Amino acid sequence: MQFGIFTVSDVTEDPTTGTTPTENDRIKALVAIAKKAEEVGLDVFALGEHHNPPFVSSSPTTMLGYIAAQTEKLILSTSTTLITTNDPVKIAEDYAMLQHLADGRVDVMMGRGNTGPVYPWFGKDIRDGIELAVENYALLHRLWREDFVDWQGKFRTPLQGFQSTPRPLDGVPPFVWHGSIRSPEIAEQAAYYGDGFFANNIFWPKEHYMKLIGYYRQRFEHYGHGTASQAIVGLGGQAFMRKNSQDAKAEFRPYFDNAPVYGHGPSMEDFTEQTPLTVGSPQEVIDRYAAMREHFGDYQRQLFLMDHAGLPLKTVLEQLDILGEEVVPALRKEFAVGRPATVPDGPTHASLVARRAKDEQQGAARDAAAASGPAPTGEMKDGAAASHPEAAR
Amino acid sequence: MSAVEPATPSFRRKLAVVSAGLSQPSSTRLLADRLAEATKAWLGNLDVELDVIELRDLAQDVTNNLLTGYPSPRLEAAIEKVTNADGLIAVTPIFTTSYSGLFKSFIDVLDPQSLTGMPVLLGATGGTERHSLAIDYGMRPLFSYLHAVAVPTGVYAASSDWGSDAGLSERIDRAASELAALVAVSERSAQTRDPFALPEGFSPVGSFGAQ
Repeated sequence: MQFGIFTVSDVTEDPTTGTTPTENDRIKALVAIAKKAEEVGLDVFALGEHHNPPFVSSSPTTMLGYIAAQTEKLILSTSTTLITTNDPVKIAEDYAMLQHLADGRVDVMMGRGNTGPVYPWFGKDIRDGIELAVENYALLHRLWREDFVDWQGKFRTPLQGFQSTPRPLDGVPPFVWHGSIRSPEIAEQAAYYGDGFFANNIFWPKEHYMKLIGYYRQRFEHYGHGTASQAIVGLGGQAFMRKNSQDAKAEFRPYFDNAPVYGHGPSMEDFTEQTPLTVGSPQEVIDRYAAMREHFGDYQRQLFLMDHAGLPLKTVLEQLDILGEEVVPALRKEFAVGRPATVPDGPTHASLVARRAKDEQQGAARDAAAASGPAPTGEMKDGAAASHPEAAR
Repeated sequence: MSAVEPATPSFRRKLAVVSAGLSQPSSTRLLADRLAEATKAWLGNLDVELDVIELRDLAQDVTNNLLTGYPSPRLEAAIEKVTNADGLIAVTPIFTTSYSGLFKSFIDVLDPQSLTGMPVLLGATGGTERHSLAIDYGMRPLFSYLHAVAVPTGVYAASSDWGSDAGLSERIDRAASELAALVAVSERSAQTRDPFALPEGFSPVGSFGAQ
């Protein structure tokens, strides 16, 4: 089980002081937050990608590369990488480069992005969002696995004998999560490839995600990657803590009331009841998140949003101290109790290298078939894909 | 996005009423109740379940849904009653030449596909009969866009209609008969909608993905 934080990199006015950090302040704060995450024993730091104010993270691999150089254990990830508007060739190159520099401490979460104008700014159409996500990822998946790629698609100029460099570290591509709020197509895509599925559940009630994750697990099994309980699931979370519950509520309320996305809407009480946001004592946070697996099954990655809505850096760092020193150790213990040995841990570069070695031992012939196998088409809904080499990976 | 699978037909018909009146009691609710009673009468012996949604009670939930993108549990329950019905009676006050903002906000939080094929009776209230065409230039295009089946007769009740013999009862009866004819043969409430149905022809690798 991996624990970490994810950030959207918003530059937001602190509603209690009326001050707004500069872009430079916020960029440097993100680095401090990532380093703090490693210091307090968290496993993952994930950074969003945006191309419009008030967000500063337009170039995630630049920042993650800088953080990689100043950390040793932290897995660097994204939340999310825009698979729709980025060129998949550039994603293949950028993240493979980052993977080498970080000695494998890299994975990627694909997302579509829901900011309408970003699509036309990058020459795309938001109405093609799903189709772009599916086609671009199909290409990215091949670029990381095949040395020379001939490819033709609807959205991008064709490729003949193209080789993406650098090749993935140790021949193992970064693990991929597919992030989704509501689309079954993305759950299906994640299941087809045997990739991870990250349900960003922080703004919506759990019932929706119980169904969506259940669907992904069922399809993961259908495509032959393991049992439903072995599917790779990640969840979002959000917390604000002080020793005394009432202090946490009083301190966080102005940030909640003015927050982007949900501010000026539901009360903090309604929102905490309906979503995973928990404002209170560390023990309340432990209790709430320890119960998550009862709703979603044993899972692999829990990310918390800790630094948005104008919270000052000092406060965020205090929160990370509480998260890393009190909450996560308790959750690690809770999650270990009764967790079946067959449920995989969160994927790391080392685990992927080990799996690859095992796969190679078990079936060199199958790998050869994968390199020259027939093109999968639209029929896999009825189970044809279970016999496809990629699905049996 | 929702695929529709026919299930065992049920003989019970579900009729949803959405009333966007703001005062309590409101003439909008009064008209809505008259339309519902008349429709039930036309459905005769059929077993009818009637669900009345007063939008005033959900006004904050509707606003929160606009801001957060998800419905509160009670708004979700109301949305399900509306979208799973065999017929809908939609009644709004006319404000500033059109349906009220609350009425439109409720429509805006529905899945745009969720009223496809829904039999709808359009009703409206206003202070003066001069706005009676708001049903036809305001409400009717909205429901056409949603692929709902609005019955030909809309019922507008001005304040003066409640105290005169200007044919309101006849209009209610005529519109109710049109709605009842569609509700009687509707199987909407007996259908199961699969929120995870993938679009026709969807492939997780795309149409060109492996070429």
